[in-house]
Amino acid sequence: MTEWRPPLALISAWLALLLLLALTVTLAYLPLGAFNAVVALMIAATKTAIVAAIFMELRHRGLRTFVFAGAGLFWLGILLWLGSMDFLTRT
Amino acid sequence: MPETEAVAPQFASAQHRDETAELGMWVFIASEVLLFGGLILGYFVYRHNYVADFAAASRHTDIVIGTANTAILLTSSFLVACAVDAASAETRKLVAMLLSGAILLGLTFIALKGVEYSNEYREHLVPGIDFSFDPAHASGGQLFFLFYFVATSIHGLHMLVGIGLLGVLARLNFRSPGTRHRAALHSAALYWHFVDAVWIFLFALIYLPGRAS
Repeated sequence: MTEWRPPLALISAWLALLLLLALTVTLAYLPLGAFNAVVALMIAATKTAIVAAIFMELRHRGLRTFVFAGAGLFWLGILLWLGSMDFLTRT
Repeated sequence: MPETEAVAPQFASAQHRDETAELGMWVFIASEVLLFGGLILGYFVYRHNYVADFAAASRHTDIVIGTANTAILLTSSFLVACAVDAASAETRKLVAMLLSGAILLGLTFIALKGVEYSNEYREHLVPGIDFSFDPAHASGGQLFFLFYFVATSIHGLHMLVGIGLLGVLARLNFRSPGTRHRAALHSAALYWHFVDAVWIFLFALIYLPGRAS
Protein backbone atom coordinates (compact mmCIF):
# COMPACT_ATOMS: atom_id res chain seq x y z
CA MET A 1 0.00 0.00 0.00
CA THR A 2 1.38 3.41 -0.95
CA GLU A 3 1.97 6.03 1.71
CA TRP A 4 -1.07 8.25 1.91
CA ARG A 5 -1.74 10.66 4.73
CA PRO A 6 -4.98 12.57 5.21
CA PRO A 7 -4.44 16.20 4.14
CA LEU A 8 -4.25 18.73 6.95
CA ALA A 9 -7.25 20.61 5.51
CA LEU A 10 -9.52 17.56 5.89
CA ILE A 11 -8.34 16.83 9.44
CA SER A 12 -8.75 20.46 10.50
CA ALA A 13 -12.23 20.61 8.94
CA TRP A 14 -13.27 17.44 10.76
CA LEU A 15 -11.96 18.69 14.13
CA ALA A 16 -13.54 22.13 13.59
CA LEU A 17 -16.89 20.47 12.85
CA LEU A 18 -16.73 18.40 16.05
CA LEU A 19 -15.73 21.49 18.06
CA LEU A 20 -18.62 23.48 16.61
CA LEU A 21 -20.97 20.61 17.50
CA ALA A 22 -19.77 20.70 21.12
CA LEU A 23 -20.11 24.50 21.12
CA THR A 24 -23.64 24.53 19.73
CA VAL A 25 -24.83 21.91 22.25
CA THR A 26 -23.24 23.85 25.14
CA LEU A 27 -24.69 27.18 24.01
CA ALA A 28 -28.15 25.62 23.66
CA TYR A 29 -28.22 25.21 27.46
CA LEU A 30 -27.36 28.87 28.19
CA PRO A 31 -30.46 31.06 28.63
CA LEU A 32 -29.98 33.55 25.78
CA GLY A 33 -33.69 33.97 24.99
CA ALA A 34 -34.40 34.48 21.31
CA PHE A 35 -30.67 34.42 20.59
CA ASN A 36 -30.49 30.67 21.25
CA ALA A 37 -32.19 30.03 17.91
CA VAL A 38 -30.02 32.60 16.10
CA VAL A 39 -26.80 31.11 17.54
CA ALA A 40 -27.87 27.53 16.70
CA LEU A 41 -28.67 28.46 13.10
CA MET A 42 -25.49 30.52 12.68
CA ILE A 43 -23.35 27.61 13.89
CA ALA A 44 -25.27 25.23 11.60
CA ALA A 45 -24.60 27.57 8.66
CA THR A 46 -20.89 27.72 9.57
CA LYS A 47 -20.68 23.92 9.75
CA THR A 48 -22.42 23.60 6.38
CA ALA A 49 -20.01 26.15 4.88
CA ILE A 50 -17.04 24.06 6.11
CA VAL A 51 -18.58 20.89 4.64
CA ALA A 52 -19.24 22.63 1.30
CA ALA A 53 -15.87 24.38 1.05
CA ILE A 54 -13.59 21.56 2.18
CA PHE A 55 -15.35 18.18 2.02
CA MET A 56 -17.26 19.07 -1.16
CA GLU A 57 -14.12 20.78 -2.51
CA LEU A 58 -15.87 24.00 -3.54
CA ARG A 59 -12.75 25.97 -2.56
CA HIS A 60 -10.92 24.32 -5.47
CA ARG A 61 -13.70 25.00 -7.98
CA GLY A 62 -14.32 27.88 -10.33
CA LEU A 63 -17.21 30.24 -11.01
CA ARG A 64 -19.14 27.69 -13.07
CA THR A 65 -19.46 25.22 -10.18
CA PHE A 66 -20.28 28.09 -7.79
CA VAL A 67 -23.18 29.11 -10.02
CA PHE A 68 -24.54 25.55 -10.02
CA ALA A 69 -24.07 25.13 -6.26
CA GLY A 70 -25.35 28.65 -5.53
CA ALA A 71 -28.53 28.13 -7.57
CA GLY A 72 -29.91 25.81 -4.90
CA LEU A 73 -29.22 28.37 -2.17
CA PHE A 74 -30.75 31.15 -4.26
CA TRP A 75 -34.00 29.22 -4.80
CA LEU A 76 -34.04 28.21 -1.14
CA GLY A 77 -33.73 31.90 -0.25
CA ILE A 78 -36.75 32.76 -2.41
CA LEU A 79 -38.74 29.87 -0.92
CA LEU A 80 -38.02 30.83 2.69
CA TRP A 81 -38.27 34.58 2.13
CA LEU A 82 -41.58 34.72 0.22
CA GLY A 83 -42.96 31.72 2.08
CA SER A 84 -42.51 33.22 5.55
CA MET A 85 -43.32 36.86 4.61
CA ASP A 86 -47.01 36.64 5.48
CA PHE A 87 -46.45 34.90 8.82
CA LEU A 88 -43.74 37.32 9.92
CA THR A 89 -45.69 40.48 9.06
CA ARG A 90 -49.24 39.47 9.99
CA THR A 91 -50.48 41.20 13.13
CA MET B 1 -3.45 1.23 -15.21
CA PRO B 2 -3.80 2.68 -18.74
CA GLU B 3 -7.01 4.54 -19.56
CA THR B 4 -8.78 2.47 -22.17
CA GLU B 5 -12.27 3.73 -21.42
CA ALA B 6 -14.17 5.11 -24.40
CA VAL B 7 -15.81 8.51 -23.96
CA ALA B 8 -19.39 9.06 -25.17
CA PRO B 9 -19.60 11.21 -28.35
CA GLN B 10 -21.11 14.24 -26.58
CA PHE B 11 -17.91 14.65 -24.52
CA ALA B 12 -14.60 15.97 -25.86
CA SER B 13 -12.57 14.09 -23.24
CA ALA B 14 -12.79 12.02 -20.07
CA GLN B 15 -12.21 15.20 -18.07
CA HIS B 16 -15.14 16.89 -19.85
CA ARG B 17 -17.31 13.88 -18.97
CA ASP B 18 -16.27 13.92 -15.31
CA GLU B 19 -16.81 17.69 -14.94
CA THR B 20 -20.28 17.31 -16.46
CA ALA B 21 -21.09 14.57 -13.96
CA GLU B 22 -20.04 16.84 -11.09
CA LEU B 23 -22.23 19.73 -12.32
CA GLY B 24 -25.11 17.28 -12.78
CA MET B 25 -24.77 16.22 -9.16
CA TRP B 26 -24.90 19.88 -8.08
CA VAL B 27 -28.14 20.35 -10.04
CA PHE B 28 -29.59 17.30 -8.30
CA ILE B 29 -28.45 18.67 -4.92
CA ALA B 30 -30.16 22.00 -5.72
CA SER B 31 -33.45 20.11 -6.26
CA GLU B 32 -32.89 18.28 -2.96
CA VAL B 33 -32.25 21.59 -1.18
CA LEU B 34 -35.76 22.62 -2.25
CA LEU B 35 -37.27 19.33 -1.05
CA PHE B 36 -35.86 19.81 2.45
CA GLY B 37 -36.37 23.59 2.15
CA GLY B 38 -40.13 23.09 1.86
CA LEU B 39 -40.14 20.96 5.00
CA ILE B 40 -38.05 23.49 6.89
CA LEU B 41 -40.30 26.36 5.77
CA GLY B 42 -43.25 24.42 7.24
CA TYR B 43 -41.28 23.97 10.44
CA PHE B 44 -40.53 27.71 10.74
CA VAL B 45 -44.15 28.69 10.11
CA TYR B 46 -45.47 26.36 12.82
CA ARG B 47 -42.65 27.17 15.21
CA HIS B 48 -43.51 30.86 14.77
CA ASN B 49 -47.13 30.11 15.68
CA TYR B 50 -46.39 27.69 18.56
CA VAL B 51 -43.11 28.90 20.09
CA ALA B 52 -43.66 27.44 23.58
CA ASP B 53 -45.11 24.16 22.27
CA PHE B 54 -42.15 23.62 19.95
CA ALA B 55 -39.69 24.30 22.78
CA ALA B 56 -41.53 21.85 25.07
CA ALA B 57 -41.65 19.16 22.36
CA SER B 58 -38.01 19.70 21.44
CA ARG B 59 -37.01 19.04 25.06
CA HIS B 60 -38.52 15.55 24.67
CA THR B 61 -36.11 14.59 21.89
CA ASP B 62 -33.03 12.57 22.80
CA ILE B 63 -30.15 15.07 22.78
CA VAL B 64 -27.56 12.37 23.59
CA ILE B 65 -28.41 10.21 20.58
CA GLY B 66 -28.90 13.32 18.43
CA THR B 67 -25.47 14.68 19.29
CA ALA B 68 -23.79 11.27 18.93
CA ASN B 69 -25.43 10.81 15.53
CA THR B 70 -24.24 14.24 14.39
CA ALA B 71 -20.65 13.38 15.38
CA ILE B 72 -21.00 9.99 13.64
CA LEU B 73 -22.24 11.57 10.42
CA LEU B 74 -19.56 14.28 10.43
CA THR B 75 -16.90 11.61 10.90
CA SER B 76 -18.32 9.47 8.10
CA SER B 77 -18.18 12.53 5.81
CA PHE B 78 -14.54 13.00 6.82
CA LEU B 79 -13.78 9.37 5.87
CA VAL B 80 -15.52 9.77 2.50
CA ALA B 81 -13.59 13.00 1.80
CA CYS B 82 -10.37 11.10 2.64
CA ALA B 83 -11.37 8.27 0.28
CA VAL B 84 -11.93 10.76 -2.56
CA ASP B 85 -8.59 12.42 -1.82
CA ALA B 86 -6.74 9.09 -1.69
CA ALA B 87 -8.48 7.46 -4.66
CA SER B 88 -6.05 5.95 -7.13
CA ALA B 89 -5.13 2.48 -8.33
CA GLU B 90 -2.27 2.22 -5.82
CA THR B 91 -4.41 3.05 -2.79
CA ARG B 92 -7.47 0.98 -3.62
CA LYS B 93 -7.27 -1.12 -0.46
CA LEU B 94 -7.09 1.99 1.69
CA VAL B 95 -9.99 3.59 -0.23
CA ALA B 96 -12.10 0.47 0.28
CA MET B 97 -11.30 0.55 4.00
CA LEU B 98 -12.16 4.25 4.33
CA LEU B 99 -15.46 3.75 2.51
CA SER B 100 -16.27 0.67 4.62
CA GLY B 101 -15.70 2.80 7.71
CA ALA B 102 -18.06 5.46 6.40
CA ILE B 103 -20.70 2.81 5.59
CA LEU B 104 -20.36 1.32 9.07
CA LEU B 105 -20.84 4.75 10.64
CA GLY B 106 -23.87 5.31 8.39
CA LEU B 107 -25.39 2.03 9.57
CA THR B 108 -24.68 3.00 13.19
CA PHE B 109 -26.55 6.26 12.59
CA ILE B 110 -29.57 4.34 11.24
CA ALA B 111 -29.45 1.87 14.17
CA LEU B 112 -29.38 4.71 16.73
CA LYS B 113 -32.25 6.40 14.91
CA GLY B 114 -34.17 3.13 15.28
CA VAL B 115 -33.52 3.11 19.04
CA GLU B 116 -34.74 6.71 19.18
CA TYR B 117 -37.92 5.93 17.21
CA SER B 118 -38.78 2.97 19.41
CA ASN B 119 -38.29 5.05 22.58
CA GLU B 120 -40.53 7.76 21.14
CA TYR B 121 -43.14 5.14 20.27
CA ARG B 122 -43.11 3.93 23.88
CA GLU B 123 -43.40 7.52 25.15
CA HIS B 124 -46.52 8.07 22.99
CA LEU B 125 -44.84 10.74 20.90
CA VAL B 126 -45.83 9.39 17.47
CA PRO B 127 -48.66 11.57 16.03
CA GLY B 128 -51.66 9.49 15.01
CA ILE B 129 -50.66 6.46 17.11
CA ASP B 130 -51.98 7.05 20.61
CA PHE B 131 -50.22 10.44 20.86
CA SER B 132 -50.24 11.91 24.35
CA PHE B 133 -48.44 15.02 25.51
CA ASP B 134 -48.69 17.75 28.15
CA PRO B 135 -52.18 19.18 27.32
CA ALA B 136 -50.88 22.77 27.54
CA HIS B 137 -48.52 22.11 24.62
CA ALA B 138 -50.30 19.26 22.82
CA SER B 139 -51.34 20.92 19.54
CA GLY B 140 -47.97 22.48 18.66
CA GLY B 141 -46.19 19.47 20.16
CA GLN B 142 -48.00 17.16 17.77
CA LEU B 143 -47.03 19.37 14.82
CA PHE B 144 -43.42 19.33 15.98
CA PHE B 145 -43.34 15.54 16.14
CA LEU B 146 -45.05 15.30 12.77
CA PHE B 147 -42.20 17.38 11.31
CA TYR B 148 -39.68 15.34 13.29
CA PHE B 149 -40.84 12.00 11.93
CA VAL B 150 -41.37 13.16 8.33
CA ALA B 151 -38.03 15.03 8.12
CA THR B 152 -35.90 12.41 9.87
CA SER B 153 -37.42 9.50 7.94
CA ILE B 154 -36.87 11.26 4.59
CA HIS B 155 -33.33 11.99 5.75
CA GLY B 156 -32.92 8.35 6.82
CA LEU B 157 -34.08 7.23 3.37
CA HIS B 158 -31.36 9.44 1.86
CA MET B 159 -28.85 7.81 4.20
CA LEU B 160 -29.86 4.34 3.00
CA VAL B 161 -29.48 5.40 -0.63
CA GLY B 162 -26.08 6.92 0.20
CA ILE B 163 -24.92 3.77 2.00
CA GLY B 164 -25.91 1.70 -1.05
CA LEU B 165 -24.08 4.09 -3.40
CA LEU B 166 -20.92 4.07 -1.30
CA GLY B 167 -21.03 0.27 -1.15
CA VAL B 168 -21.32 -0.09 -4.93
CA LEU B 169 -18.57 2.46 -5.58
CA ALA B 170 -16.24 0.97 -2.97
CA ARG B 171 -16.55 -2.31 -4.87
CA LEU B 172 -16.15 -0.76 -8.34
CA ASN B 173 -13.13 1.30 -7.31
CA PHE B 174 -11.53 -1.73 -5.72
CA ARG B 175 -12.09 -4.06 -8.68
CA SER B 176 -11.41 -1.70 -11.56
CA PRO B 177 -9.97 1.63 -10.48
CA GLY B 178 -9.89 4.34 -13.14
CA THR B 179 -10.94 7.91 -13.77
CA ARG B 180 -14.51 6.93 -14.54
CA HIS B 181 -15.15 5.15 -11.25
CA ARG B 182 -13.19 7.79 -9.37
CA ALA B 183 -15.49 10.47 -10.86
CA ALA B 184 -18.53 8.41 -9.85
CA LEU B 185 -17.14 8.12 -6.33
CA HIS B 186 -16.68 11.89 -6.32
CA SER B 187 -20.35 12.42 -7.24
CA ALA B 188 -21.52 9.95 -4.59
CA ALA B 189 -19.32 11.75 -2.06
CA LEU B 190 -20.98 15.08 -2.92
CA TYR B 191 -24.36 13.44 -2.23
CA TRP B 192 -23.12 11.99 1.08
CA HIS B 193 -21.80 15.38 2.22
CA PHE B 194 -25.10 16.99 1.24
CA VAL B 195 -27.03 14.47 3.38
CA ASP B 196 -24.61 15.35 6.19
CA ALA B 197 -25.33 19.09 5.72
CA VAL B 198 -29.09 18.46 5.86
CA TRP B 199 -28.61 16.67 9.16
CA ILE B 200 -26.59 19.59 10.56
CA PHE B 201 -29.69 21.77 10.09
CA LEU B 202 -32.18 19.14 11.25
CA PHE B 203 -30.09 18.71 14.40
CA ALA B 204 -30.21 22.46 15.12
CA LEU B 205 -33.97 22.64 14.49
CA ILE B 206 -35.04 19.44 16.26
CA TYR B 207 -32.76 18.86 19.23
CA LEU B 208 -31.46 22.25 20.34
CA PRO B 209 -34.54 24.48 20.89
CA GLY B 210 -35.96 24.84 24.39
CA ARG B 211 -32.94 23.38 26.21
CA ALA B 212 -32.22 26.54 28.22
CA SER B 213 -35.79 27.13 29.44
